[in-house]
Amino acid sequence: MSRLRKTELAKVGFGLIVAMIVTALGCAILALPGEESGLAGAVMLNLDQAGAKNPVTAVLLNFRGYDTLLEIAVLLLAVLGARALAVDESADDSEHFRSSINPVLIGFIRVIAPVMIIVAGYLLWVGGHAPGGAFQAGAVLASLGVLLVLADINWTQHLSDYSERILLTISLVVFLSVGLATMFNARNFLEFSPSTAKWCILLIEAVATVSIAVILLALFCCGKISNARKYHETTRGRVE
Amino acid sequence: MSNLLWTFDIVLCGSLVWLAWQTLATADLFKATVLFIIFGLIMALAWARLDAPDIALAETAIGAGLTGALLLSGLAAISQPGTRQQSIKLDREK
Repeated sequence: MSRLRKTELAKVGFGLIVAMIVTALGCAILALPGEESGLAGAVMLNLDQAGAKNPVTAVLLNFRGYDTLLEIAVLLLAVLGARALAVDESADDSEHFRSSINPVLIGFIRVIAPVMIIVAGYLLWVGGHAPGGAFQAGAVLASLGVLLVLADINWTQHLSDYSERILLTISLVVFLSVGLATMFNARNFLEFSPSTAKWCILLIEAVATVSIAVILLALFCCGKISNARKYHETTRGRVE
Repeated sequence: MSNLLWTFDIVLCGSLVWLAWQTLATADLFKATVLFIIFGLIMALAWARLDAPDIALAETAIGAGLTGALLLSGLAAISQPGTRQQSIKLDREK
């Protein structure tokens, strides 16, 4: 009996603590200054030198490019961790599963795959002056990869492990090289000159789209794209 | 018009909180995963209402789409322990 009372007391105490934290957070939000503070004005003032007309892209790739560089590095670290745990199992006995794949899924992929590739390219390009960018485009490409994995379409058979590693790391390498190249022109790391900023941003975003797509897809395939086929077998039982 | 938008926002916030609660409280992991995907989609709507279309796009593609697929694949891996052959058999028997 006393044990029951104890757990109920603990629940009440826990609830009180949570309520106090929520109240404190609410007060903190209400105490924040109004909308006029922040860096939005400074961004808008310098937008014509940024190389991108979309303020979000200008901040992500130019004014705070260092943050985006670290984000890509974190994604790469995550996939490295997954790769370290991945079991290299090349034995392939999924032939008898091919008959169980829904033909509607394959027909759907035939229609949707070209559209998804075009949408990814559009999102990449439109990021310069409207909402869009490398992360969104990469996610669309990665979703296409997930669809291909689910339909058991073996598009990675000619992709060697070495070239897969290159695809995973290339955006970080290009990002760092562009940053170092700016230092040779007597500027700070990742400080683009206004005349070349547009092309630097476009180069970084294009390469980042590919890398992000490969990294997200590799995370779905437990670290290795070439291992994709053996993992989706267990998945399909639930997805279909 | 403004009244309509207010109603929409209130319904949006309410359903977000309700979905978050349901996602955490449900015992069925598959149901929780599906609820999480729906939560991501509604969240993208909320970002769009906050005039942040960039985040809305990223939330739809990464938050709802890819994370949902990842969670489903992880769920299949943990709900069918044992060797691969056994898990295939289990799949077949269903």
